[in-house]
Amino acid sequence: MSTIEREMVNIDGNEAAAYVAHKTNEVIAIYPITPSSNMGEWCDQWSSEGRKNIWGTVPSVTEMQSEGGASGAVHGALQTGSLTTTFTASQGLLLMIPNMFKIAGELTSTVFHVSARSIAAQGLSIFGDHSDVMSTRSTGWAMLCSHNVQEVMDFALISQAATLEARVPFIHFFDGFRTSHEVMKIEELNDSDIEGMMNNEHITLHRLRGLTPNKPVMRGTAQNPDVYFQARETVNPYYDRCPEIVQKTMDKFASIVGRQYHLFDYFGAPDAERIIIIMGSGSESVHEAVEALMEKGEKIGVLKVRLFRPFSLKHFIDAIPATVKAISVLDRTKEPGGAGEPMYQDVITALHEYYTTSEVKFAKYPKVVGGRYGLSSKEFTPAMVKAVFDELSKEKPKNHFTIGINDDLGNTSLEYDPNFTTEKNDVIRSLFFGLGADGTVGANKNSIKIIGEETSFFGQGYFVYDSKKSGSTTVSHLRFGPRQIRSTYLITKANFVACHQWQFLEKFDMLSSIVEGGTFLLNSPFPKERVWANLPMKVQEQIIAKKLNFYVIDGNAVAVKTGMGNRVNTIMQTCFFAISGVLPREQAIEAIKTSIKKTYGKKGEDIVKMNYAAVDGTIENLFKVDYPNELTSTIQLPPVVSAKAPEFVQSVTAKMIAGHGDSIPVSMLPVDGTYPVGTTMWEKRNIASEIPVWDSEWCIQCGKCALVCPHATIRIKVYDNELVKDAPETFKHTLYKGNDYKGQAYTIQIAPEDCTGCGICVEVCPAKNKKETKYKALNMAPQPALRDAERTNWDYFLTLPEADRRTVDVKTIKGSQLLQPLFEFSGACTGCGETPYVKLVSQLFGDRTIVANATGCSSIYGGNLPTTPWTTNNDGRGPAWSNSLFEDNAEFGFGFRLSLDKQTEYARELLIKLLPQLNETLVNEILTCAQSTETEIYDQRERVKHLKAALAPQTSPEAKQLVQLADALVKKSVWIMGGDGWAYDIGFGGLDHVIASGRNVNILVLDTEVYSNTGGQMSKATPRGAVAKFAAGGKPAGKKDLGLIAMSYANTYVAQIAMGANDLQTVKAIIEAEAFDGPSIIIAYSHCIAHGINMRLGMNAQKLAVDSGYWPLYRYNPSLMKEGKNPFQLDSKPPKVKFEEFAYNEIRYKMLTKMDPEKAKRLLREAQEDVQKKWRYYEQLAAMNFSTPQSAVTGH
Amino acid sequence: MDLSTQYLGLNLKNPIVPSASPMSRTVGSVRLMEDYGASAVVLYSIFEEQIRHETKELYHHLTYNAESYAEATSYFPEAHEYHSGPDEYLNHIRKLKESVSIPVIGSINGVTDGGWVEYAKQIQQAGADALELNIYYIPTDPNMSSDDIEQTYLDIVKDVRNQVTIPVAVKLSPFFTSLSNVAKRLDNIGVNGLVLFNRFYQPDINLDTLSIEPGVVLSSSNSIRLPLRWVGILHKKVKADLAATTGVHTGEDVIKLIMAGANVTMMCSALLRHGPRKIREVLTEVQQWMVEHEYSSINDMRGSMSHQNVADPSSFERANYMKALQSYM
Repeated sequence: MSTIEREMVNIDGNEAAAYVAHKTNEVIAIYPITPSSNMGEWCDQWSSEGRKNIWGTVPSVTEMQSEGGASGAVHGALQTGSLTTTFTASQGLLLMIPNMFKIAGELTSTVFHVSARSIAAQGLSIFGDHSDVMSTRSTGWAMLCSHNVQEVMDFALISQAATLEARVPFIHFFDGFRTSHEVMKIEELNDSDIEGMMNNEHITLHRLRGLTPNKPVMRGTAQNPDVYFQARETVNPYYDRCPEIVQKTMDKFASIVGRQYHLFDYFGAPDAERIIIIMGSGSESVHEAVEALMEKGEKIGVLKVRLFRPFSLKHFIDAIPATVKAISVLDRTKEPGGAGEPMYQDVITALHEYYTTSEVKFAKYPKVVGGRYGLSSKEFTPAMVKAVFDELSKEKPKNHFTIGINDDLGNTSLEYDPNFTTEKNDVIRSLFFGLGADGTVGANKNSIKIIGEETSFFGQGYFVYDSKKSGSTTVSHLRFGPRQIRSTYLITKANFVACHQWQFLEKFDMLSSIVEGGTFLLNSPFPKERVWANLPMKVQEQIIAKKLNFYVIDGNAVAVKTGMGNRVNTIMQTCFFAISGVLPREQAIEAIKTSIKKTYGKKGEDIVKMNYAAVDGTIENLFKVDYPNELTSTIQLPPVVSAKAPEFVQSVTAKMIAGHGDSIPVSMLPVDGTYPVGTTMWEKRNIASEIPVWDSEWCIQCGKCALVCPHATIRIKVYDNELVKDAPETFKHTLYKGNDYKGQAYTIQIAPEDCTGCGICVEVCPAKNKKETKYKALNMAPQPALRDAERTNWDYFLTLPEADRRTVDVKTIKGSQLLQPLFEFSGACTGCGETPYVKLVSQLFGDRTIVANATGCSSIYGGNLPTTPWTTNNDGRGPAWSNSLFEDNAEFGFGFRLSLDKQTEYARELLIKLLPQLNETLVNEILTCAQSTETEIYDQRERVKHLKAALAPQTSPEAKQLVQLADALVKKSVWIMGGDGWAYDIGFGGLDHVIASGRNVNILVLDTEVYSNTGGQMSKATPRGAVAKFAAGGKPAGKKDLGLIAMSYANTYVAQIAMGANDLQTVKAIIEAEAFDGPSIIIAYSHCIAHGINMRLGMNAQKLAVDSGYWPLYRYNPSLMKEGKNPFQLDSKPPKVKFEEFAYNEIRYKMLTKMDPEKAKRLLREAQEDVQKKWRYYEQLAAMNFSTPQSAVTGH
Repeated sequence: MDLSTQYLGLNLKNPIVPSASPMSRTVGSVRLMEDYGASAVVLYSIFEEQIRHETKELYHHLTYNAESYAEATSYFPEAHEYHSGPDEYLNHIRKLKESVSIPVIGSINGVTDGGWVEYAKQIQQAGADALELNIYYIPTDPNMSSDDIEQTYLDIVKDVRNQVTIPVAVKLSPFFTSLSNVAKRLDNIGVNGLVLFNRFYQPDINLDTLSIEPGVVLSSSNSIRLPLRWVGILHKKVKADLAATTGVHTGEDVIKLIMAGANVTMMCSALLRHGPRKIREVLTEVQQWMVEHEYSSINDMRGSMSHQNVADPSSFERANYMKALQSYM
């Protein structure tokens, strides 16, 4: 064994894998995808810090344009002899499959580290299961599975060593989120361990196989029927040897490090009669359950599968006790239509082969059943394990069962007793309910480190995040105990519950998870004397019934006093240590301070002091509450959704909103992933502390507030003045200013419970109160006091008629904002820079739009359950929306166009055929009418209505066909939306092809200049000098000019817009793009939290981008060429402020000045030059003469 | 001809010192000022308030919305190290000390009572020859008395004075009820120099946007009258050296201020307007004037027209038009 002492570290699975991968590779090609992005981020960060691998060189880390690209680069690097790796998951892994076949076929040594994740089927899921890795079974890769964070580090090394000897490439995988994101105390392997495991001879052979012109060979020939088959069989000996090599490597690892693993590890009674075979983090739950049930005398066990491929029959059979009578094989994947799930099938095959070829050790052929569990990180608990064992006791156990859900449709599920628990009393189990913004998760990660470092306790942290990006809540599950924690499931029996935000008392039933005599810590705005009276009745009830130790602190007051703002993290963390007793109080406080110094020291002494002050200010404000033994509260929890909500929302959506989605039975969910639109309106989130209040006296009715609102919570209506008679008392209205609706009433109304309080509307409001200029026509005011009255006003406002689209001047800001948004209350970030564009499209064309949405932020805030922001108008029309994949969105939308055009063509053909049976004028009008204005579209809809009526009595097949297709005769608008990661990188090839096609699609690129959804990784849209993940040292290269590329086809409408700089140009460009009968692409500058700006000033940031010349506004309309005009029109003025003024308004640029001042200066200078060059180029484009010279026409 | 003078215990070759301004942001421009004759340089101010703001701003944005959403637990890469606080400024001092031979005077600008000592020590460690404290405070709270304000100044200066060994000058505001008294009390603490005066940003109203826009207006020669009066009054009444700043545009301005009692005259607006070559022009004008008027040494000239040395000291005190009172005895 290695003599160098190993450090105990508290890290998550991703870091553990990346740690070994970075130490044992030379080339790393990466691409972000949840939940594996962090592995690439760690490696990029370490390399940028100059951290070396065990051979003393800094690995080269390169981000590619897609996982397909990453696997190609890996293949190339391997083929030229470098030790190479990558990290991925889910759809990303699927994109690597073509190269994986090649890499395996060429017997190339490599390890891909995969945080296994669900694959998008009926819906996308970022969470963990084995669907992705199981899709690669046929590639010929070895598959080694880690079951916990320690194993991730160990197996990363074992697989790396084994692949070099075996020449079979390895997928090393572990469960997404449950293992990739779970923080655990583990023993870190040191360089000596790693060096001891790596065999230089194997590395030399790997290098020698690399392509070199000094000794050229060919690899990758095309083979014919004569030899392909035989050649394919040449690899068999390598696969035959592989399991032994892995076991040998595991043995060597044990000799160096001390932990012994086997291809199949059995735990349980030596004379077990029932066993579960399982792979991944679920095995830990089974292990825990087996341990507990064995104490009760049950003869059971668990076989943990580590090397799934190549599947070693011998090792498998050897590992199973001869006494086994019944086996349950649990797969964390689903293979619809298969004879069973993959591992189940392997076990069946293995047993069958064993019975047909060997001397049988079992008394009787064991019963084998298969079951599915844990898809998309579904909980898998010891209670469920017990149910599986109980089922195995039956004479005829259910096969192909599911566990953990209620499948009342296929009747596959096993019932289980949720009260069965195996949690040990000496384990401290804590639950923390926090807001993303208050820093709770960060503090808890810190606590795990503190306890891990200060005590001999083992710690475990798992964090449950919200599906919303604004006002999101987090629940931290922390366990600390004297032995390794195997509880890979959420805490349901907590002995400590902390509520970091008072408003959660109305939203979560958090005390249902606390044990009797447990401790409840509440961050309360009320002092200890008054807190009891303000608790909801249910909370009082639980505190009394469970005899809880109840503590309060006004954490927000301490935070404000100590400069922490809304971050109560350090304060609540101090409270936890002060009352949980995990550490002696003084020691805990000292440890927190040491940890603060460590965490924040490099960010500046002020931050350290601020946090110290927060710690010091905490204890004196923490109180234990003496509560009466009787209920005093009458406060009831509000209903999750209004009683007016539709049935589906009541019965399904509301459960998801309330956090009870796990209880929804299979039969209640749509079979094909089709969900109703317009459900965000029922989810009243009340996350804004302040909302805008309209002052009609000073309002100039410009409509800018509604235009920029990211969540469509500020609306405008013009309506008959008579209607105000029925308005609620506090409903505000004034007379419309202007001639178009003269004499009518005008109202700007806020949706108080949907507003996120970003304040963008107030910032853009140009109208100041002339008596007190600190006020505008919109001013922020605390929401709670306004909530009830404004809720009534909002409900009334919704009853007012929407504007008649035919009368609205849509080309103006004022007019466009009278149109109903059909995209509302999304889960986007507070102050999002993308959603105002999306909403505007929905207003302008929503009633005839089909949206293809690339995966990313817009597909998440647009389509993440529980609720959907895309909605309908009063006619029931609205955008139809779908998300296919990340990489194929342009093609997906293009498919919409092909389909719609074909349907239109066919409908027209039918119409002509049926002319004799129809009104000729009607038919002619339908065939020839223009459909460019709202009136023309309205008229066409009316004609189609008449047509359908006329066709209804007809019985010919053509007539029946035409009834189905008649709606295709009304213009449809295809919108292809997505972010820059899609448009510039992964989907660029498709996007390029689609615009080259000349077909009429509208592409909206929401350009945040990074992969926002996965946490701000660099894309080719990232500007020079900006810091992003994978460009930690500032991006050295300039941004790709996507607009210019699109213009090169001369058939595409191209516009570059920035709403905050020129809102009218934005509206114009979107209208022109849609009107253009051909492809159009709009590149929309979208400020983003990944820019490091005050989101309230997002529109101002856009203005600076344009004023500095960094983001010139333009429109390129090929139609103008036909008129002899220049198609390119610059819509912004020459740069009037320095690039620096724009850039250093944003942390993405500014942080480089703190990290590497000299480099920052150089990149700033180069970026300024970029701006000047680009502007000069655009100026010349705009000045080009497109009129046909007279001489050319006359021939003179 | 001897143009040399002494300021903060430093022997300077002439009395022209560029005051704190963006002109000292690069090594190149300081070198240029040295080449054109500057005898020392006061560096641009390290703004204590700004450093604090930037540190907190960085912290805020790096943590904003982090750990809120499963797919993006952060939005920025974790930096190995940050040059937070005054690092850049201190490096600048170090580089300047390697690149120029004139004395380099560091400058701290701040509003609170924190940070001064810490930054002062760091500036000393970085190699600055002296330190200028630029304390400004606009008292908008009617409950705050002049005593309170003055005490704040004195406390800050005392703290710094006790913690650093390099000479310390204090740049003052002219808005004290009794400037002489404040100067005297600072002098008693052991301040080595007083810089008269700070030139504040002043608010303006933008009538288009109805917003307040603070800005600074460059000075002209007329502006020297304020420092001229107070340099004259304080000369020999305090032990501290006196630096006159504001309005130094010509050789005559320099001579007037020296005659009033200044050890050095500081230039800013003229340099921003005309570039560093203005130093040479002004120096030439000083020399010409001295030749024409048969002065051989700056030191001889200093204070010759101070409150103490002029025939009619009341002329320094006159605040409004009044016919000169003739002696009747």
